[in-house]
Amino acid sequence: MDFDLMFTSFPKLLGATVVTLKLLSVSLFFGLFIGLLFAILRLNKNIFINKFAYGYSYVFRGTPLLVQIFIIYFGLGQIEYLRSTFLWVILKEPYWCAIIAFTLNTGAYTSEILRSAFQTIKPGIIEAGKSLGISNKIIFYKIQIPIAIRQSLPAYGNEIILMMKGTSLASTVTLMDLTGVAKYIISTTFKPIEVFIVAGGIYLFMTFIIHNVIKYLEKKYSFQ
Amino acid sequence: MNIFKKSILTVLASLLVIGNVYADKIKIGTEGAYPPWNSKDASGNLIGFEVELAKELCSIMNHDCTIVEQDWDGMIPALTGKKFDAIMAGMSITEERMKTISFSQGYADEVASLAVMKGSKLENLDTPEGINLSLGGASVDKALKILKGALAGKTVCTQTGTIHQNFLQSGDVGKIDVRTYKTQDEVNLDLTSGRCDVALAAAVAFTDYANKSGKAVVLTGPTFSGGAFGNGVGVGIRKSDTKLINDFNSAIDQARKKGIISKLAIKHFGFDASM
Repeated sequence: MDFDLMFTSFPKLLGATVVTLKLLSVSLFFGLFIGLLFAILRLNKNIFINKFAYGYSYVFRGTPLLVQIFIIYFGLGQIEYLRSTFLWVILKEPYWCAIIAFTLNTGAYTSEILRSAFQTIKPGIIEAGKSLGISNKIIFYKIQIPIAIRQSLPAYGNEIILMMKGTSLASTVTLMDLTGVAKYIISTTFKPIEVFIVAGGIYLFMTFIIHNVIKYLEKKYSFQ
Repeated sequence: MNIFKKSILTVLASLLVIGNVYADKIKIGTEGAYPPWNSKDASGNLIGFEVELAKELCSIMNHDCTIVEQDWDGMIPALTGKKFDAIMAGMSITEERMKTISFSQGYADEVASLAVMKGSKLENLDTPEGINLSLGGASVDKALKILKGALAGKTVCTQTGTIHQNFLQSGDVGKIDVRTYKTQDEVNLDLTSGRCDVALAAAVAFTDYANKSGKAVVLTGPTFSGGAFGNGVGVGIRKSDTKLINDFNSAIDQARKKGIISKLAIKHFGFDASM
């Protein structure tokens, strides 16, 4: 065991963690909006809107994240027509390709989490609002959404952790995230165990933080 | 002795026999993604210069060999972790790698080159045809200076953990944006898509790709050898396996004398890359 290497690679890996956190926070931010939008679409009574939203979450939950990144990065890059459009400005950059893939992926899962949370709201609560003369719009924003968010906290916490680990795939499209830099150090030192232990430790620490923040929020907004 | 005990003993005994057979067998690791050195045919069988050369060397050494596939970025850790006993994967003999593993004598050598898409501004660089970084001198300095100017701020793509990456990050060509990929295939894809302004790899890796894909990939600038590019390609072997190193060294000697290496090199590279 080369402890020196572990010490010297630690600051480099920590620097790369910034990239990982950036990828994670940006894709979670956009993913939450997409998730909320598609959760609402899923609850729509119109069969076309409903099926469209279902189709999106079905496709993105039913294919591996790695395949999605490869299709967006290497796949779309091969379409000559696309390279002449303004879209290429975004798709040319590996960073945005990764963000798009992560956002669409987490959006699909988040929409399912929120949809099931909406559906667990007891009709009595909505009826109580109605009987007090509160408008449907206010019921939705002030009653349904807050309850749905509380309900979905444990599942969404899991999704954040899964996504955090999923960002390691960014290294497959040349991004120098935590895993990317770990692989780079290994490619010059040929010592995978030491470097991956340190990288794994950093991932574990991030999970620890996320887990505890979610646990705190769960407690704070508990119904009891 | 009942039938149950008997069958267990039979299985154990046969395991011992199998174990012994494997002990004499040499496993050779290759990447299978760096044509014409090593690659795979449509049905997934390993083919290429090194796959055929490995078979020849094994028959000279009178060893039973199997050739196994291993991703490039895990090649040396897999060797030291005893997943296989030798590397034949277009791996150049460099000082950096010699810190961890040993090499046989070189069996082939072949220059590196930059490549761009036809029509690129970098297509016609005013540099000498080839430079040897070990020799140095005025022409090398001049070529590097021209490259520094031409490549400044450009995105240069190459495969992870290669001599090419080492060279690009050595600072010899100034400030460039180096992007690294898991395989040469991915480098080729991003060169044609335009994400890479220019790519660096073995010259034949590009010409082979251009021929097979029909894409307008062209070589540019000088060809590189020496220095960060190492001293030819050899068989990577664990430092402790001194006997295997000697075996490979004498097998390579014999194969060279018989002209086997040259013949295979001409077949796969189109020119005699043997050494």
